Amino acid sequence: MTGPPTIEVLRAGALTTVQDLGRPGWAHLGVPRSGALDPAALRLANRLVGNPEHAAGLEITLTGCMLRLTRATTVAVTGAEVTVHAGDRPGDTGRPLTVPAGTVLRIGPARRGVRSWLAVAGGIDVSPVLGSRATDTLSGLGPPRLGDGDRLPLGEPLDAPAPVDLTVCSAPPPELHLRLSLGPRDDWFTPIALDRLFGTAYTVSPVSNRVGARLAGEPLPRAVAGELPSEGIVLGAVQVPADGQPLIFLADHPTTGGYPVIGVVTDVTPLAQARPGTTVRFHGPQR
Amino acid sequence: MRIRPVGAHALLIDCTSPDGVPQADLVDAWRAELWRRREHGDLSAVEIVPAASTVLLDDLPDPAATTEQLTRWTPAVVAAAAARRGTDEHDGEEIVVPVDFDGPDLPAVAEHWGVDVPAVLSRLTGTRFRVAFCGFAPGFPYLTGLPAELALPRLATPRPRVPTGSVALAGPYAGIYPSASPGGWLLVGRTDLVLFDVHADPPARLGPGTPIRMAAA
Repeated sequence: MTGPPTIEVLRAGALTTVQDLGRPGWAHLGVPRSGALDPAALRLANRLVGNPEHAAGLEITLTGCMLRLTRATTVAVTGAEVTVHAGDRPGDTGRPLTVPAGTVLRIGPARRGVRSWLAVAGGIDVSPVLGSRATDTLSGLGPPRLGDGDRLPLGEPLDAPAPVDLTVCSAPPPELHLRLSLGPRDDWFTPIALDRLFGTAYTVSPVSNRVGARLAGEPLPRAVAGELPSEGIVLGAVQVPADGQPLIFLADHPTTGGYPVIGVVTDVTPLAQARPGTTVRFHGPQR
Repeated sequence: MRIRPVGAHALLIDCTSPDGVPQADLVDAWRAELWRRREHGDLSAVEIVPAASTVLLDDLPDPAATTEQLTRWTPAVVAAAAARRGTDEHDGEEIVVPVDFDGPDLPAVAEHWGVDVPAVLSRLTGTRFRVAFCGFAPGFPYLTGLPAELALPRLATPRPRVPTGSVALAGPYAGIYPSASPGGWLLVGRTDLVLFDVHADPPARLGPGTPIRMAAA
């Protein structure tokens, strides 16, 4: 092999993007934070291959992908339950895998969960934009989503892979129990809305994406009519549009929004693995 | 004014309650003070995000402690906002935005305002705007300065594609599209000014607090 080491994308799959820990600090200019939907999973994959935790990897969605690595290297896959093949050799998720130069790496479709993170020793070395290599599907900042035939440059490995045989990856639970704290706009909703929010089950809708997990269930009625002037939004904010169906904002969420936020989910990372139809229940310190 | 909880790591300063000062001035006074405090090391917040009537502080190590600080800083911020009232005082250097006033919605704006098109242009070029906040897209500035009674409705059906640099009006705001996108604002003109460049520092040409004037190109 000649030329700089790269990943060749043989099959990009449904949605494969470059992700790191995102670009915090620019929300006041309308720049979303973006980054891996489950940062802990990307960090783990990076540690397994000897990368700094903030190195860029790939976030692979549902259908898997097929890649060729032009340099002998170490990779690790974390996240959803998938099969991994390096050439003909089956590999495991959650541990470093040594792959010879020219090896075709196949990440299979997710059997459970939705998203996997692939770290490669040295990291994906596309040019950073505002301090991050993350693909922001909302604003378009960062590299485009992967397409068949793309080539991504690899960085120089810094450290040896982690000396581990196994990491414990828990399977996504069949039902998500998300902790939610009320506010900032819970006073825009009726008491019935709060009863429904904490007392009924919602399901993840198929139109969910990296911007937000849309839920379907009992609508949350408003106590205050009219429009809310746009205000800043945080990760995990549960926004309720006019139809009363809540939407939980994820990594590519807009920086401001004009629908009231009834509460904020403490940890959104389980939603990264929530397939459409997954049941979601909210609980809070209030109840 | 009220401080609202936002999850475990954020706070929202809600400037809508009457303090006797216009909320846009109160929002901008908070933004300026919080940026200054952060610069001086008095405040640790990764994001300080002004919006229409609020300022969001996100990624705070200790929101309870920050709430106490904000309460202490409130009188000075309210006084600073009140001092701006009726004056043309802005911090920062004014940026002149050259505009070709050839937007397709100029006649509609004139009709809403009950004036002719030349009067719309002189109103826009004679207004001292300020970037109240950015949102919608990276570098999209929401400009305040027009009087509340000239607020405009959005298009009933948004355009699928508004060209880069379009100068537009909606609600009480003027705005400029940094890149082509769908949009429902009324288009009054176009500028060649580059609003967002990831290689520039800062990347947004018109960030929050920037005073602006429009000039016919």
